[in-house]
Amino acid sequence: MTGAEIADLTIARIRDGLQAREFSAVELAEAALRHAEAENPKTGAYLRFSPERALAAARRVDGRLAQGADPGPLAGVPVAVKDVILTAGLRTTCASKMLANYTPPYDATAIARLEAAGGVIIGKTNCDEFARGSSTENSAFGPVRNPRALDRVPGGSSGGSAAAVAQGTAVVALGSDTGGSIRQPASFCGVVGVTPTYGRVSRYGLVAFASSLDHIGPFGRTVRDAAILLETIAGRDEMDATSVFAPVPNFEAALKGPVRGMKIGLPREYFEGLRVEVGDRVAGAVEVLKSLGCEVRDIAMPHTKYAISTYYIICTAEASANLARYDGVRYTMRSSHSETLTDMYRNTRGEGFGAECKRRIMLGTYVLSSGYYDAYYLKAQKVRALVARDFAEAFREVDAVVTPVSPFPAFKLGEKMDNPLDMYLSDIYTITGSLAGIPCMSVPCGATAAGLPVGMQILTRHFDEAGMFRLAGAFEKAGGFA
Amino acid sequence: MADLANLRLTDDEVERMSAELDQILTHVDALNELDTSAVEPMAQVLFDAPEAATLREDLVRPTLGSEVATANAPLAAAGCFKVPLVIER
Repeated sequence: MTGAEIADLTIARIRDGLQAREFSAVELAEAALRHAEAENPKTGAYLRFSPERALAAARRVDGRLAQGADPGPLAGVPVAVKDVILTAGLRTTCASKMLANYTPPYDATAIARLEAAGGVIIGKTNCDEFARGSSTENSAFGPVRNPRALDRVPGGSSGGSAAAVAQGTAVVALGSDTGGSIRQPASFCGVVGVTPTYGRVSRYGLVAFASSLDHIGPFGRTVRDAAILLETIAGRDEMDATSVFAPVPNFEAALKGPVRGMKIGLPREYFEGLRVEVGDRVAGAVEVLKSLGCEVRDIAMPHTKYAISTYYIICTAEASANLARYDGVRYTMRSSHSETLTDMYRNTRGEGFGAECKRRIMLGTYVLSSGYYDAYYLKAQKVRALVARDFAEAFREVDAVVTPVSPFPAFKLGEKMDNPLDMYLSDIYTITGSLAGIPCMSVPCGATAAGLPVGMQILTRHFDEAGMFRLAGAFEKAGGFA
Repeated sequence: MADLANLRLTDDEVERMSAELDQILTHVDALNELDTSAVEPMAQVLFDAPEAATLREDLVRPTLGSEVATANAPLAAAGCFKVPLVIER
C-alpha cells in the first residue's frame, strides 16, 4: 500500500479490503506505522508511536477474520489518540514535563471500547499541556505544525489529533474538548471533529481538566468515519457517574435520513466580528443547506458575548482543583531540592507546569478563594445557566443551530503566544456549546484564498447527535467540501 | 495567591502574570452587567432524562494493588508513597 493510498483510507474502504483479503490487518498496521513515522517530522503530530500495541491489535483482528467471526466495526482501522487519554502500559504525558515519564496502569473506557471494536492504536498525539490552549504551542515537547500550511498552528488543544487525520497518518483520531479543543483544530486543519453531548462518552481515563466541561470525541476525514468512531466509544459506563444512560443510536444509519424541512437557526451574534472570508464560506455553506430544502431563519442568542468570561472562570476554577493532585507525591515528578513537604509541593509544581498551566491555576485559585467566590465563580455558574437557556429557547424554534467554528482561520506559529486574552477569544464560538453540554461539530466548508480551511459548526439538542450527523452528512455530500 | 495554589513562581513570572491576570479579570468584569439574582447556578450539564439506577451493586472487585498503584511514584517503598518528614519523632 502506498502512502497516498493510506492517506485516503476510510473505515468503509478498510472493511471492504479486509473482507476481500486484499490486505491483512497486520499488513495494514505495518504500512500505516511506516507511513506515519516517515511523515511525522513534517508536523510533529505524534509524540510517540505504539507499534507493539498496534500489531497485537491487528493480529487479533486477523485472528477473528480467519475464524469467520465479526472483527468489529473498527477492524484494522489505524487510530491516533490524544496524549491526555490513558493507555495501559503506554506512556501518557499530557504534553507536560510533570508527566513526562507517566505510564498508566489502566485503559480509559474509550480506549478499551475502540480496541474491542477492532481499532488499532498507532500512536499518541501532541496537544497543549494538560489540554489547556488553543494552538498546541503550549506543549512541553514542542509545537505541532498545520499540515495544510506548515508555518501555521493546527489549532488546539487537540492539534496533534487533527493534524494526524488531516495529514493522512491516521484514519480517525480521538481528541478531547473542553471549550472547543476538538472543533477548532478540526476547522483549522480541514477535517471533521465532533464534541458529543456531555456524558455521552465516558470520561474514565481522560485526564481531568474541567470536569463539568470535558468531553472525549472523534476526528475523521468524513462525517461517516467520525460517526462510526463515536458510536463505538459512546454509552453508559459505571466508572464515570456523569456518563449518561441514553441509548446510543446507530449514527452511521442516521446519515441516510432526510434533511428537507429541517429548521436551522443562524444566531446573529455569531456573525459579527469575524474575518470576512470566514463569513463568506459559512454563508456559502448556508446556501447549500437551503438548496437541500432546509428552512433557515435568523435567531437571537443574547448571552453569547458573556460566554468567554463565563468559561474562563469555570474552567480555570475546575482546572486549579484538578491539577492539585500533581504535588510530587504520586505522579512521577518531584523537585530534587526540597527540605519540607510544602517546599516539595511548591517546587515540584513550579518546575513541572508550563506558563499557560500556571496562569490557569492562578486564575482558578483566585476565583475560588474566599471573598471572590461569589463574585466570580458563582456568578459564572449563573451566567452559564443563561447561556444554556439561550440554546434551550432556540431549540424550541429550530432543529439545529449553524455558526462559524472560529472567527479566523489558522494563525501563524507564535502570533498569539504573547497575548493570552487574544488567544482565549479564538474560542468565542465553540465555548457556548460546551457550556450548554449539547452535541456540536465542525465540518469543513471550504478554504480561504490562501488555502486555509474553514469550518462550519452544527449544534443540536442534547442527545441529538443523529440529527447533527444527518445534516453534516447531507452537507458534505452536496457541498463536496470534505 | 501562589502560596494558596502551592505554586513556586519566579519574580519574573509574578510580574508577567500579575499583568495578564489583571487584563483577564477586567475582561470578565463584564458579567456584572447581567442581573442574575433570579438565576439558579449551573454546576453540571442539565437535561431531561428518565430516572435511572445510578447505583451499582455493592460487590467486591479486584483493585490495582499497592505495588501497581505506587509504580509511578517518584519515591515509594513497601507499597507506600514516601514524602519528606512531616512529624518529628
